[in-house]
Amino acid sequence: MPKRWMGDFVLDSYDPGGFYCEMLRCPATAEIRDRLAHLPIGEFARRAHNAEQALYNLGITFTVYSDSQAIDRILPFDAIPRVLPAEEWERIERGVVQRVTALNLLLDDLYHDQKIFKDGLLPPDLILGNANWRPQMCGVDIPHKAYVNICGTDIIRDDKGVFRVLEDNARTPSGVSYVIENRHMMLRSFPDLADDIGLRSVEDYGIRLVGAMREIAPTNTPGGRDDPVIVLLSPGTFNSAYFEHVFLAREMGVPLVEGRDLFVDNDHVYMKTTAGRARVDVIYRRINDDFLDPEAFRPDSMLGVKGLMRAYFAGNVALANAIGTGVADDKAVYAYMPRIIRYYLAEDAIIDNVETNICREKAALAYTLDNLDRLVVKPVGEAGGYGITIGPRATRAELDECRAKLIDDPANYISQPCINLSVSPTLIDGKVEPRHVDLRPFAITGESTWVLPGGLTRVALRRGSLVVNSSQGGGSKDTWVLE
Amino acid sequence: MSSAPLLARYAESIFWLARQVERAENLARIIEVQETYARNRSGARDWSSIVQLNSDGEAFSEKHSTANARNVIRFYVTDGDNPTSIKRAISNARENARALRSLVSTEMWMQLNVFYNRLNAIDDKELAPGSLSPLLNEIKHGCQSFTGITEGTFYRDQAWYFYRLGRYIERADQTTRLLDSKYYVLLRDSDVTNVVNTGQWLALLRAASGYHAFRALHQSDLTPWRVAAFLLFNPTFPRSVLLCIKEVDASVTGLKSRYNLRGGNDVAEGLDQLRAILDTRSIDEVLETGLHEFIDFIQRYLSAITDRLGAAFFGHPPVEKAAWQNAELWPPYAADLQTQAQA
Repeated sequence: MPKRWMGDFVLDSYDPGGFYCEMLRCPATAEIRDRLAHLPIGEFARRAHNAEQALYNLGITFTVYSDSQAIDRILPFDAIPRVLPAEEWERIERGVVQRVTALNLLLDDLYHDQKIFKDGLLPPDLILGNANWRPQMCGVDIPHKAYVNICGTDIIRDDKGVFRVLEDNARTPSGVSYVIENRHMMLRSFPDLADDIGLRSVEDYGIRLVGAMREIAPTNTPGGRDDPVIVLLSPGTFNSAYFEHVFLAREMGVPLVEGRDLFVDNDHVYMKTTAGRARVDVIYRRINDDFLDPEAFRPDSMLGVKGLMRAYFAGNVALANAIGTGVADDKAVYAYMPRIIRYYLAEDAIIDNVETNICREKAALAYTLDNLDRLVVKPVGEAGGYGITIGPRATRAELDECRAKLIDDPANYISQPCINLSVSPTLIDGKVEPRHVDLRPFAITGESTWVLPGGLTRVALRRGSLVVNSSQGGGSKDTWVLE
Repeated sequence: MSSAPLLARYAESIFWLARQVERAENLARIIEVQETYARNRSGARDWSSIVQLNSDGEAFSEKHSTANARNVIRFYVTDGDNPTSIKRAISNARENARALRSLVSTEMWMQLNVFYNRLNAIDDKELAPGSLSPLLNEIKHGCQSFTGITEGTFYRDQAWYFYRLGRYIERADQTTRLLDSKYYVLLRDSDVTNVVNTGQWLALLRAASGYHAFRALHQSDLTPWRVAAFLLFNPTFPRSVLLCIKEVDASVTGLKSRYNLRGGNDVAEGLDQLRAILDTRSIDEVLETGLHEFIDFIQRYLSAITDRLGAAFFGHPPVEKAAWQNAELWPPYAADLQTQAQA
């Protein structure tokens, strides 16, 4: 079909401005660009709309809570894929494995010998005073020293095209269900884009996850590590990630349970079934530490299982992730990660950190206060993009408020330079415009670590926005790793 | 036979999911028969009987002063506050399905989700005379689609048995309500045993999709009592009370034998007794003690069975077993239950 006027085809009027474009800067995307160049934008938009409608019909939603109302929304999906060539992916994969290995070594050390304190690499109060430090875990041995069985590593790319780790998510990272559902949707709606380009599959995730859960099962269970009873523990239908819990339980082929379905008797965990009690050996829990067991942690938790920690410490049940991983993915500890990697692995970080100022340190606080309008300031304990101040985008009043908070509680903050995240062409109201993206690969660790090819590409749908979180107007794209 | 364990909570959710979809379908049938055929002698349709047969008199009068078509239809089709409305039934079904998402097929969930969104989008105009019938048909089809998709995609494991339990208990209950709805009308028209209001009873059969089957059985002899007998005792009609109870019985037996769920013994015992009554009663005997009394007995008995399912499988506290034989609870059928229990 001949071109009739500009704007007729998907990439015709796309202009990434001064940003690093994931699509245009990558030679390996030539074939995909060519295919997009032959797709009329109207047809592309129609197919994208049908794909979103399918998501809505499937009820693939997350829940947003506002004004005490719970609203089901679909995570907006952008149909123009984010492509990673083999060599870039290979580096990311190695970088993620290295990072997860270091996190697990760190946790094992922190909860055993604490050599890293003795060697003076990490200030002890950073860990021991952390809200996520679990002293009960000291001396507890974890199978294969695999504390972080499921890890999501947030990676961004700066305006020079350099990948950097922005954050480690070592507690209960979410988003992997979108990776797989997005792929299904792309293959349904745009099979012509994906045909024969050497797209790496994302289908293995559930099998790999079950495999890791078997590897960490207690060895004293009736079925042993060959056939343990595995469940996925969810806070329930009102949790914003409930859809993902359902998805994963199905992919793993295990029961999706809530706290009220489980009980502990004589330090063993059981679920309530139609035939009475049934023993549980491994729990992939999607509930934070402090809600897991009202006997050990928050006594007001209605989501947990009374006595679960007793069973855990007795070695009668495995939990993934392990208890107490939250100290390792703290934003303050993050700043030390390059040194931590070097300390345990005697290697340099394969993927660098974003340069980070730890405001608990005097010089860093002074630097941050002096350069507030150029820096991103983040509270160390928050997730989901909440509480972030982006200096160059902030109003005078917002900067003043941020300054006051920093002076009031400097240890609660880090600051980083404002990085112009790379962009990816994104369909916005019938036009293709650049939007900032990040990447969250998912790593599964049992005896060893495996990384799902690709990961979740989140896209900030608001023009100019750098915040990709779904709670803040972000969407997602399918991530294509090429062979 | 061993198989994957089923969470007690899941068993209960699938049981109620099935009941709610079945209830929505039957409510659509009841409203349809009302809207299309049910007229009294002066030609006006009487809508209050629907309110009565659902025992909603109080809740209804809190919201509406008169039981006219407009009010009753809104109350039972689109009123999200009314726990017995179609909208609420499907909304509850969807909530149950959501809790069961890891168990039910994607197609089951998707159909229910789309159906729910459709019910939420019902326009006021669709409730007007002339438009209502297509809407009710659509609702019926929505429920039937769900039933069909379930039949075609749901694994035949334990959960399937609980699904069937729910579906057939609710269907039996709803068939008795459908029958009761006409009984009320006739009772008020005049002496119930003498009047043969053919149109009303044909409407009843049509609502139950039993008209042609009934015709094939009884070419000429259409009496209300034959219709009642057909809906209660016909062994092959898929909505008859007897057939539904047989299905319930088969499901409980399956749970006991295939999955070795011993908790079902108490339920099975109660079902045996109910079946014996349905198997041996003639319609004349039922009429003698009163059709309405018989219907009421079955409804209460089904409710007692539901309580026992809760204790047997859903993790509810135990129910007092002696209640099966408590004469005060089952007039005028206590004697029958006792005889059965001894036999």
